[in-house]
Amino acid sequence: MKNTRRKFLKVAGLAVLGWSMRPASRLMAAHGAQSAEGLFMASKHGAPKHGEGLHAGRWIMLIDTNKLTPAIEQKCINACHTNHNVPDIETKQNIKWIWAEPLHNVFPEQMHENIPGGTERTTLVLCNHCTNPPCVRVCPTKATFQREDGIVMMDFHRCIGCRYCMAACPYGSRSFNFMDPRPHIKDAIPEFPTRTKGVVEKCEFCSERLAEGKLPYCVEVSEGAMMFGDLEDPESEVRKVLASRYSIRRKPELGTEPGVYYLI
Amino acid sequence: MLEKVLKGNKVYWGWLAILLALMAVGAVCYGKQLVNGLTITGMSRDVSWGFYIAQFTFLVGVAASAVMMVIPKYLHDYKAYGKILIFGEFNAVAMVCLCLMFIIADLGSPQRLMNIIIHPTPNSMLFWDMIVLNGYLLINIFVGWITLQAYRKEVAPPQWIKFFIYLSIPWAVSIHTVTAFLYCGLPGRGYWMDAILASRFLASAFAAGPAFLIILLYIVKATTSFDPGKEALKSLGKTIAYAMSINLFLVLCEVFTVNYSNIPSHLHHWHYLFFGDGVLVPWMWTSMSMCFVGVLILIVPSNRESDNMLIFGCLFVFIGAWIDKGLGMIGGGFVPNALMEITEYVPTQLELGVALGIYAAGFLILTMLTKIAVGVKLEVGE
Ligand code: SF4
Ligand code: SF4
Repeated sequence: MKNTRRKFLKVAGLAVLGWSMRPASRLMAAHGAQSAEGLFMASKHGAPKHGEGLHAGRWIMLIDTNKLTPAIEQKCINACHTNHNVPDIETKQNIKWIWAEPLHNVFPEQMHENIPGGTERTTLVLCNHCTNPPCVRVCPTKATFQREDGIVMMDFHRCIGCRYCMAACPYGSRSFNFMDPRPHIKDAIPEFPTRTKGVVEKCEFCSERLAEGKLPYCVEVSEGAMMFGDLEDPESEVRKVLASRYSIRRKPELGTEPGVYYLI
Repeated sequence: MLEKVLKGNKVYWGWLAILLALMAVGAVCYGKQLVNGLTITGMSRDVSWGFYIAQFTFLVGVAASAVMMVIPKYLHDYKAYGKILIFGEFNAVAMVCLCLMFIIADLGSPQRLMNIIIHPTPNSMLFWDMIVLNGYLLINIFVGWITLQAYRKEVAPPQWIKFFIYLSIPWAVSIHTVTAFLYCGLPGRGYWMDAILASRFLASAFAAGPAFLIILLYIVKATTSFDPGKEALKSLGKTIAYAMSINLFLVLCEVFTVNYSNIPSHLHHWHYLFFGDGVLVPWMWTSMSMCFVGVLILIVPSNRESDNMLIFGCLFVFIGAWIDKGLGMIGGGFVPNALMEITEYVPTQLELGVALGIYAAGFLILTMLTKIAVGVKLEVGE
């Protein structure tokens, strides 16, 4: 993860020098200085394409709402939160990367109460790693940015804590460190950075795991209820499932193009 | 001209002392916030902006309203405003300072403030807000100072200053427009996502701003021998009546669209604000009634003749607009949240303490600038 961050900073620096007016969709492949950001579009940054680790054109996640049970959901939440040093705060100033919500809250405009199992049934929600992320569009410092493989990341050292991204995210995926999180972490994992007070954080699709060639924590413990893969690879497992099962995404009318699909 | 702030009577020094004391209170509260983080506020994961950002939004409008005198004076040669224009400009300076202080108070990591400049990001509306606000601040300091200096020397202000005066007109519109764009460009926030938000902001600002100015000028009149002139105050009162009427009309347009279309993601916010048992419901009704009564008072010409009625009308409009923008606009936007859940927001005492300190600092600037302006006016003999 450190590596990606450093690379990002380098790329961002070069991009400032050669500021590009091109929209992000036509950006060149990411190779150091060749990656530039569009002036009026969300900035995009290179993700490692070669070498160790898993790579994709566009990472997406599938969540099977029928396979998830409250017990599995809790397992996923715990795996993510303990391994990412997410503090356990009980108040409404809490921090969540992934959590369970009733279906009618997750899909307020797409659900009716007569679906099988009812809408009180819960499912997992997390950052959607949108293709057109409003959070990235509004950030005044590029502290939140999008990689070429679709992952929306945070630079905790750049964020000024203006929380504009929280107002912009239409899914409530982001949390703010209202207080110093460290006293609220039971056993901090040394491999993952802890955050400081005054910055925003959220799920990063386990980019640090992908770099090591591993799947996200939640996917790993989900007992097959979650899948992760490359949307751009027609042979990938996720593409095959999407082609065979009915899936929906959250608030499609907003044009954010979420990268998290829910199998119904 | 700066020496004018050093000379004053007991009331002046007493007022400054009160402001300094309040600033000290604010500094202590802000110190707590720096140490403990924004956890000392009532904000939460769901309502992630609160009182600070709301004050900023409201005050941008008060700052922009100087243009309501600049246009008549410079585009229509309306002489009555010549005498008091400087107060509008200096008021704008103080209000923009307040805005900037409120933004900084709201930052979670203020030590990284300069990142906005080090990593300029034109696709963020906050970047543009920084540019227009600072630009407006400079324009008003510059224009105010140069014209006042010329006035003091009893010469005509230099011809080139006209350029900056004309520039200040679209610039004033821009500060409140960009501030509205902060909100209305966000997908999924039904209460804000609305093309007339910027016009609504401007209309209510052009009512609340001049209302504040009238009250300020009455205070100046009561505490010094400077007379702003009835004619100017009456005309400003007329501006307020029209601007607030337009604002109420725009609100009604929204009420119709939202209710008749019956789209839940827009409707929920209005229901939260005006019906149900949310904390803001009584405030919102108070706000709307005060704006309405304020218009009723000020729209009648004979009321504008009477000092008391004029002041009353201004107070109603000002407080009504303040509640609408300084409380309802932000709360209503975040509740219900993206998952249709209701999390109430009430500012904490410490949060209000910080805000109080900031207001005191802004009023200190306003008082001193007003003192300079009055001093020069009296010296030249008006
Ligand atoms: S879900 Fe929210 S935080 Fe995640 S990329 Fe989309 S807009 Fe940004
Ligand atoms: S809080 Fe941080 S990440 Fe979010 S918009 Fe502000 S600077 Fe960017």
